[in-house]
Amino acid sequence: MAILINERTRIIVQGFTGRIGTFHAQEMIDYGSNVVGGVTPGKGGQKHLGLPVFNTVREAVEQAGAEASIVFVPPAFAADSIMEAADTGIKYCVSITDGIPTQDMMTVKNFLRLFPKQSRMMLTGPNCSGTISPERAMLGIMPGHIYSRGVVGVVGRSGTLGYEAADQMRRLNIGISTSVGIGGDPIIGSSHRDVLEKLEEDPETKVALMIGEIGGPMEVEAGIFAKENMSKPLVAYIAGLTAPPGRRMGHAGAIISSAGESAAEKVERLKELGVTICPTPSLMGETVAKVLARL
Amino acid sequence: MDIHEYQAKEILAEYGIKLAEGGLAHTVEEAVQRSREIGGNVWVVKSQIHSGARGKAGGIKLCRTHEEIEAAAESLLGKKLVTHQTGPAGKLCSKLYIEAGTDIAREVYLAFMIDRSHERIVMVGSAQGGMDIEALAATNPDAIKKVHIEPAVGLQDFQARTMAFALGLDGDLLNHAVKTIRGCYRALRDQDANILEINPLVVTRNNELIALDAKMSFDENALFRRHRISELRDNSQIDPREVAAADAGLSYVGLDGDIGCMINGAGLAMATMDMIKLAGGEPANFLDVGGGASAERTEKAFRLVLADKNVKAMLVNIFAGINRCDWIAEGVVQAVRNIGMTVPLVVRLSGTNVEEGRRIIADSGLPIITAETLADAAEKVVQARNQTAA
Repeated sequence: MAILINERTRIIVQGFTGRIGTFHAQEMIDYGSNVVGGVTPGKGGQKHLGLPVFNTVREAVEQAGAEASIVFVPPAFAADSIMEAADTGIKYCVSITDGIPTQDMMTVKNFLRLFPKQSRMMLTGPNCSGTISPERAMLGIMPGHIYSRGVVGVVGRSGTLGYEAADQMRRLNIGISTSVGIGGDPIIGSSHRDVLEKLEEDPETKVALMIGEIGGPMEVEAGIFAKENMSKPLVAYIAGLTAPPGRRMGHAGAIISSAGESAAEKVERLKELGVTICPTPSLMGETVAKVLARL
Repeated sequence: MDIHEYQAKEILAEYGIKLAEGGLAHTVEEAVQRSREIGGNVWVVKSQIHSGARGKAGGIKLCRTHEEIEAAAESLLGKKLVTHQTGPAGKLCSKLYIEAGTDIAREVYLAFMIDRSHERIVMVGSAQGGMDIEALAATNPDAIKKVHIEPAVGLQDFQARTMAFALGLDGDLLNHAVKTIRGCYRALRDQDANILEINPLVVTRNNELIALDAKMSFDENALFRRHRISELRDNSQIDPREVAAADAGLSYVGLDGDIGCMINGAGLAMATMDMIKLAGGEPANFLDVGGGASAERTEKAFRLVLADKNVKAMLVNIFAGINRCDWIAEGVVQAVRNIGMTVPLVVRLSGTNVEEGRRIIADSGLPIITAETLADAAEKVVQARNQTAA
């Protein structure tokens, strides 16, 4: 099963013919993702990487049956590309682009809310590494070979820390159903909670791992959701124990700006909510292994 | 990106916000000159640094004579001011804002900011102005009024009136309050600010509404379309290491520990720093070298980390996705050779082309300590640090 994408999901690349779009489109194709084409306005009708280029997302949906898209468009134009995808029946969109203005993301989220929930496009990112259902499909920029297929669903804000988790699990022969990067920006398409909701519904996923960090209320909201609505165990690690308040730690959203946003406070709240905490980032794999052994 | 009070006030003036008369001074003579231009017999000399709580730190002085202005300017210009927001190093004051004294009847608080969880602009106000809003939120949350603004339609007058009444700005002041509130909202929205804070917004004894202080901070991601705002950046107010890092396309935050770090990815960087702390060490910095790190960029990152004289050992932790371990390894070897490193270095490589990367490190013949896992890397660097420090 997996969530969001599988080997059949028909994928298009927005910003297909650019340098970054080209490189990662090829990586995704090599991984086995079902890439059916891409969009670059003004280059419609051409072929790129042996696949059709469309002028608009609508054409890609109508002519190639596109269901999911990945956005590599530069920050100034990325919000527009995401909204174009949402408007044309794309079901799931990953925005890789780093550096989208916050107010543009407010506009995007507002636009998405105009659609009834059943027909609303799901967005993850921006500023994320994408989503992978190992051995089936990759809609992102991660090193696919470090992921093996299995029963742990992963959701995290950070790219490389997600790789670290996947690598630790693989060394312990633990596989992943789907790993979703939700991004490090202050306003993002989907929260930890949104992804946990999907993982709870997925029959293949037995345990969920949440990789959070300082800033914002999102991890605690996910913990509350897990306590109230999840039958599957939730394991969590929160990065940023050493982060000083008021300083931005790389990610635009990783800043402790009010009470409850530090790593220590989040860990305390999550413990109270019955979430299993990874005591150190080097024990993400082992902590998941212990929880799996108890099932 | 933060800006100075005087710069924020210049922006607010364009949006119709009423201010006390004031002017900028770079020297003692200019300060006196400004006060003469402003006239009257009470002035406030305000140090221009990127920090709140300047008053408590002695950075704002009330003066009644030109001699007092001279003395105040003398005592502030060229000095570092330490507030509870600047850290112990303080921030250099090289500009003063001289303002006409205001006869204050009442102080209120007004701010606009991006509310991350509501994904909207929120307007925040309190009739209890002048004080620390965080402290007020902790002790008396009912004294704070919040109004969220629907992005598609923007701030409506009824919302502005709701806030004005909550701040006790009614009667003759109502229309002026609505105008002020609308102006602040437009300034934040049109200029891609994250925060606009007027603390305090004052009612004078002449029943005028004046923005006595102003703080604005901007979305770095939007500066590409706000050229005028990006020109307001004042590098003298930023840690020089962070300025150098930004120029090299690196993300760096200086900290107080003595273990230097170079890592790819913000999340992995924070996690590695956590590991160092758990292993009994203290990180000297946060440094995300980013994706596609070239040998040149790696060397710049090394120089930046090692420019901090507190650093007694250094850890490189790379999980290569878009990056490749062999590129990073070549960069590390080149950096160590070019810089002539004197502190121990621990390198942990993982991910794409890891075998090739490890071989390059091993073949270099340099005294680089290698580590397999995150835990191993943290323990080795703390151990190395303890040996250097001993």
